[in-house]
Amino acid sequence: MSFFTEENRSLAREIIGRYPRRRSAMIPLLHVAQAQAGWVSEEAMVEIAELVDTTPAEVLGTCSFYEMFKREPVGKYLVNICATMSCALAGAAELMEHAEERLGVRAGGTTPDGLFTLASAECQAACTEAPCLQVNYRYRYRVDADGFDQLVDDLAAGALDDEIPPHGVTARVRQHIPAGRAVGAVPPEAVNEPPVWIAAAASNGAGSA
Amino acid sequence: MASYTIPHAPGFVANDAPRIVTERFDHPDSYTLERYLATGGYEGLRAALGRTPEEVHGEVRSATLLGRGGAGFPAGVKWGFCPPGVWPRYLVVNGDESEPGTYKDRLLMELDPHQLIEGCLIACYAVGLSQCFLYIRGEMAVAQERVAQALNEAYEAGWVGRNICGTDFSVDIVLHWGAGAYVVGEETALIESLEGNRGMPRLKPPYFPAAIGLYGQPTIVNNVETLANLPWILRHGAEAFTAIGTPTSPGTRMVAVSGHVQRPGVYEITNGTTTFRDLIYGDDYCGGMHRGRELKAFVPGGGSAPWFTPAQLDLPFEASEVGPQGSMLGSGAVMVMDDTTDIPAAALTLTKFYAHESCGKCVPCREGATWLERVLRRVCDGTGTPRDLDVLFEVGASICPGDFPHAAVPERGLEPKPFPYQMTTICFVGPSAFAPVHSAMTLFPEEFEARVAPNAHLDTGPSDGPASGTGPSDGPASNSISEVAIRV
Repeated sequence: MSFFTEENRSLAREIIGRYPRRRSAMIPLLHVAQAQAGWVSEEAMVEIAELVDTTPAEVLGTCSFYEMFKREPVGKYLVNICATMSCALAGAAELMEHAEERLGVRAGGTTPDGLFTLASAECQAACTEAPCLQVNYRYRYRVDADGFDQLVDDLAAGALDDEIPPHGVTARVRQHIPAGRAVGAVPPEAVNEPPVWIAAAASNGAGSA
Repeated sequence: MASYTIPHAPGFVANDAPRIVTERFDHPDSYTLERYLATGGYEGLRAALGRTPEEVHGEVRSATLLGRGGAGFPAGVKWGFCPPGVWPRYLVVNGDESEPGTYKDRLLMELDPHQLIEGCLIACYAVGLSQCFLYIRGEMAVAQERVAQALNEAYEAGWVGRNICGTDFSVDIVLHWGAGAYVVGEETALIESLEGNRGMPRLKPPYFPAAIGLYGQPTIVNNVETLANLPWILRHGAEAFTAIGTPTSPGTRMVAVSGHVQRPGVYEITNGTTTFRDLIYGDDYCGGMHRGRELKAFVPGGGSAPWFTPAQLDLPFEASEVGPQGSMLGSGAVMVMDDTTDIPAAALTLTKFYAHESCGKCVPCREGATWLERVLRRVCDGTGTPRDLDVLFEVGASICPGDFPHAAVPERGLEPKPFPYQMTTICFVGPSAFAPVHSAMTLFPEEFEARVAPNAHLDTGPSDGPASGTGPSDGPASNSISEVAIRV
């Protein structure tokens, strides 16, 4: 039984094909797995290992280094409240306190209905709009207690489904390189000459870098 | 029904200063190919393709375009570090922006992705880079979507891929995205991550991946903002670029000012001449402190930078002036603290960040940053002792031996200690964990002394070396920030 759906398996092959070495596709493939299931299972890692030609242990090693990969199920909505400097100066601690009370879980916990996981996060690059948070990596700026309650109500009611996909899906637009336009990835050991435009400039007497 | 307004350009504030990289931000469709082409888009690439790669490299070199990622190294010089005759060469775009206080690359990717793509193409053409990997921070979902969309449009229209503009210049740009690790912003860690590994910095030397980088090949790693400047430089010429700013810091740069100011924002400022006073108090910029409060301190260059006080307000955005005064400009992020700020707690939020983000490769950082966080937390919550303050400096000295840079404190007769510092770690995460502690304790020692004075009677251990009970093992790690409340 394969973990990836037929569609994701072909997406995985397309992604792998863009890199000079298969292993470079490992993090993107872990994202594809997480987008499919909401988290990264052992089964997924075993299959990624086969796809990028390495061992499951190597995949686990990479997977476990990165904060975004969850190796057990989390809520449909991962609510990351920024706790770093600019947000802290603007009341992030109070926002977290309110969020813990509203959702009835501590930071790191998941609500019993499986809808929300609340987490304390590091700087999210929205420092002028503090305090900020991300729901499945979609921003909400200058969030106060009322704004947080409204957000939770709307998410629970499904009113934001168009904007915020379930946990695991980050970008909904994917790169697609049309076959006729692609230069193609070549293993580095297969190349030992400068690219044509450099060679051409050199042979015209202009020299090259 | 929900009514959320997601601003088009969150935080961006336009002003009268020259605009190089943000000139399209005012258009609500700034990220489309149509708008890009209608506003001079891909003209820099056309100009480049009409010249030799060598000439294009020369133009960028004479523009003195300083890297905008933090180190401020001239891009044209960095490009020249590729060893001759070694092929293939790669371009890796550092879009893993994560430095506390910093966000400019995110806006550049979300609002003008074609400008970045054009910059990548110009760099690839000039240096002979045969494939480009555009690494975007994992948490930036909208930036990933906008760049993916822009790449798809650009491929279809013939701007990227095989035989660009009908010439023999061909290059693929591959969108790659991360998964959450601050340290991956360090260029050798970025390459490790791109190779599918844990994102740990590589041992140095070699100091530049231009010598040995991705797959062991010569690799140029440039920041998003750096590359975003290239289309303008090729369109208007290096001379027009150096006419803005100062000879040593030409052009503009994007700076995010956050914290206790009236109008926090991301500003494109004139490099080299704009001062911190202009930024924090200028009517065109932040318009002064919020709620009529006074300025207590500010971080001038992202969370890793030593802090400044009002005594340094008149320094300009010029590395050669800021360095001798004890700090750095870093990645263009100013965080402002007013007179009600709890300084030890503010330092703790930053130190906690770096402790959390330590990759664990270098012992002084892995152990030291954790100790700094635990001991500082104890000081903040009122259970620390005077000895703890010594321990903080001792642990800091194991990461950064010798004098650590700091600003002058005129009222105490303290001279500045210039940037940079010595370090026992491969990368800057470890020293960055100590920077806020050192700055806060050097500039505002009385706030720390007041916190620990009531517990002086608890210091009973030997006077050299940490007493028992000062280590990180005497309390469970806490990820909750509820004890770090900062008054506003």
